[in-house]
Amino acid sequence: MSETVEKSGFKIETSSLRAYTMLGAMILIWLFFYWQTDGIFLTPRNLSNLMLQMSVTGILAVGMLMVILTGNIDLSIGSVLGLAGGVAAILLTNQGYGLLPSFAAAIAVAVVIGILHGFLTAYFNIPAFIVTLGGLLAWRGAIKGISQSETIPISDPTFKVIGQGNITPASGWVIAIIAIVFVLFLAYRHAQAQKTYGLGEANIGGEMLKTILPIGVIIGFIYVMNSSNGVPLPVLIFLVVALIGTFITNSTTFGRYLYAIGGNSDAARLSGIDTKVNILKVYALLGLLIGVAAIIFTARQGSAAPDAGVLKELDAIAACVIGGASLMGGRGTIFGACLGALIMASLDNGMSLLNVRDFMQELIKGSILVAAVGLDMIGKKS
Amino acid sequence: MSLLEMKQITKEFPGVKALDGVTFDLSAGEFHSLVGENGAGKSTLMKTLSGVYPFGSYGGDIVVDGQVQQFKTVRDAENAGIAIIFQELSLVKELTVGENIFLGKEPARFGIINWAELYQKASKLLKDLHLAIDPRTPVGNLGIGQQQLVEIAKALSQKAKILVLDEPTAALTESEVETLFKILTDLKARGVGMIYISHKLDEVFAMSDRITVLRDGKTVGTSNASDLTKDKVISLMVGREVGDIFPKTAHEFGETVLEIKDLNAYDFDNPNKKLVKDVSFSVKKGEVVGIAGLMGAGRSELLMSIFGAWQGKSSGEVFVEGKKVEISSPADAIKNGIGFVTEDRKRFGLILEQTIMDNSTLAGLTQIVGNFLTNRAKETIAAKQVMSSLHVKANSPLTVAGTLSGGNQQKVVLGKWLLTNPKVLFLDEPTRGIDVGAKQEIYAEINKLAKTGLAIVMVSSELPEVLGLSDRILVLHEGKLTGEFTKTEATPEKVMVAATGESKVLV
Repeated sequence: MSETVEKSGFKIETSSLRAYTMLGAMILIWLFFYWQTDGIFLTPRNLSNLMLQMSVTGILAVGMLMVILTGNIDLSIGSVLGLAGGVAAILLTNQGYGLLPSFAAAIAVAVVIGILHGFLTAYFNIPAFIVTLGGLLAWRGAIKGISQSETIPISDPTFKVIGQGNITPASGWVIAIIAIVFVLFLAYRHAQAQKTYGLGEANIGGEMLKTILPIGVIIGFIYVMNSSNGVPLPVLIFLVVALIGTFITNSTTFGRYLYAIGGNSDAARLSGIDTKVNILKVYALLGLLIGVAAIIFTARQGSAAPDAGVLKELDAIAACVIGGASLMGGRGTIFGACLGALIMASLDNGMSLLNVRDFMQELIKGSILVAAVGLDMIGKKS
Repeated sequence: MSLLEMKQITKEFPGVKALDGVTFDLSAGEFHSLVGENGAGKSTLMKTLSGVYPFGSYGGDIVVDGQVQQFKTVRDAENAGIAIIFQELSLVKELTVGENIFLGKEPARFGIINWAELYQKASKLLKDLHLAIDPRTPVGNLGIGQQQLVEIAKALSQKAKILVLDEPTAALTESEVETLFKILTDLKARGVGMIYISHKLDEVFAMSDRITVLRDGKTVGTSNASDLTKDKVISLMVGREVGDIFPKTAHEFGETVLEIKDLNAYDFDNPNKKLVKDVSFSVKKGEVVGIAGLMGAGRSELLMSIFGAWQGKSSGEVFVEGKKVEISSPADAIKNGIGFVTEDRKRFGLILEQTIMDNSTLAGLTQIVGNFLTNRAKETIAAKQVMSSLHVKANSPLTVAGTLSGGNQQKVVLGKWLLTNPKVLFLDEPTRGIDVGAKQEIYAEINKLAKTGLAIVMVSSELPEVLGLSDRILVLHEGKLTGEFTKTEATPEKVMVAATGESKVLV
């Protein structure tokens, strides 16, 4: 009697819709800064700098997005980042351990904390907001305690390379070629799958056509980075993390469960999904990424300060939300979160170039965050 | 003159006529019971009376004291002296008894509450009802029975002339029921008119002046209670032909697939309260077992417990194909070949903002794609298979589930469970809130599945559905198995008698 059959087959999911809107917004922001800075904003040197600035937030946003997908949150990542970085610096500089044990310890600390947060949230039903708000305070206290509130310098040059080094232009091109081959391979496999599973003819030509844009972006990106000093190492690590994150959310059963738990946790539970274990896993995964981000962050700074990473959680959450994630869970993409991180970094970078005063920068960034979500809400109603 | 007259009330929902020309009246000081099966339209009728469904959304007239009323909100109805006490209490547990009684109507000047006056007034109201409750006690500290009485005090604080009680005794102990009835008798003497909705016919007959029976949204009749008997009321409630929409197919049974022994389930909030009591049953390959019972009889709790999804405590033994199995989570149940089309598809069945494909493959995902990686092509095939075999009307597997009609949503949930290759399928209210056409399709599908050898356990509040589809019918009353009938033995009257707990007819 009241059958609702969708009229047109093609429909953009709401979360990708916001991501596309944000892509448009980012282009506008870039053009605005390009115009205002007499072209400085879009020079290879500045773009390389911009990417470098976003890499730590970007890595954190990838992990945060997966947590947000389940309808949870982590407010403690700034403090955990500070603690993990501090642990690495103390082991390396003060205790004389090698590079690898120090890194391993930093990552282990962050993962164990993630597991603890996930465990308290999933198995003790303490709201994630509270667990990680407690973490925000406690882990900051921990780093101040073990560092005796002093900044620990990093003297090991190899450590610094992770945050400050670039790969050579030639290696950049090698990576570009690998990436392009990979894109073509995916397109070919997609076309083949259509045929193998009887969903239609293998339309290899059509699939190849769709690879033009990503290949263009890869070549353009490497070209711009090589025109400066080559791809910065943190940026490369961020891109790998983003790629793995996309793979996890799009192509694994674990990723599917994250969306299901956030979309309707009762339905997920009754469908046989162990919601608790998956929440535990996603916090552990976020912990892993905080550990990686902490190493890069400390390496970039060249030292581990007791206040390292303050407010990083808010940057990561803002990036996810600007990129289309819903804090209620079930909605959001890694691509969107990375785009959100890039927009935030662009604003920071552009406004600094324009010498916009600090207080004004904060006012503008806060307004843009609220406006982005507000526009989305208005769009949804109409 | 009548205190209340409801004339020719008609209320339609998309695809369903919930009320069709219902007439009902109430005099001052009268106790008038409203009885009928689940879904007969009792609650809908009371919602039109109380302004939940505003004037204009229904047809007919509501006349109070000779004046036609046009309630736009619940508050309008309250101002006209109508108070409803719903089955689910509407008290704020963290606030005190006094605060609850005067919620939204606090004695105040310039927004500053006069606490002394509030508690003094509350004390007086409670005293009038002979209730020994301190108005400063938080409501959450009271038992359910006392909370119910506070609700009544609240209604009286609004000077209610008409008091509607919807299953007020469902959660009460016998002594609490007695207190309640004493108070109701007292109110009656004060001229309050009462509309009493209950499945418990003993209570209905003990208290009522008149009884009105509703069936399928129509008034079957109104009589003085003294002119009626319980049997007569039951036959009026169910007196309906089981229509032809149930295909008469003989099922062939095989071996026993699922056997349940001494299952008990306890309330999550109140671990001493048993919701399912020592229930044992079994179901064979190809057999459809229907579970009938009134609201709160423990039917969903029974299925949830077997499925490992009940949040409270439960105990009992489950055997699948003769082997004892331990099921402590839905994942265990799925592994053992049990599927569960849960009730309330929007809350428990679907992720509304996801696609048909994502929804239909959720429960059987690892069976379809393997443990770690998803595979869009394989999932598309599975979703398309669900759509074509169950006739889901949608353009593509990528259509968002929330945009589908109720019937199609239900088919997606059913499809989700079929993709887990179950040996036993539980269906909880499989046709609630869907139109007749979709119902018939679901019925046909149930028969088809039984023919392929699936064992089916179906809970339904619609008696004709249970009678029409089941090979065997189990009846639950207050968590206990009170009746078991084969298809040929079962009549609506027998099932209703067992469901109301009037007599034990366990075979």
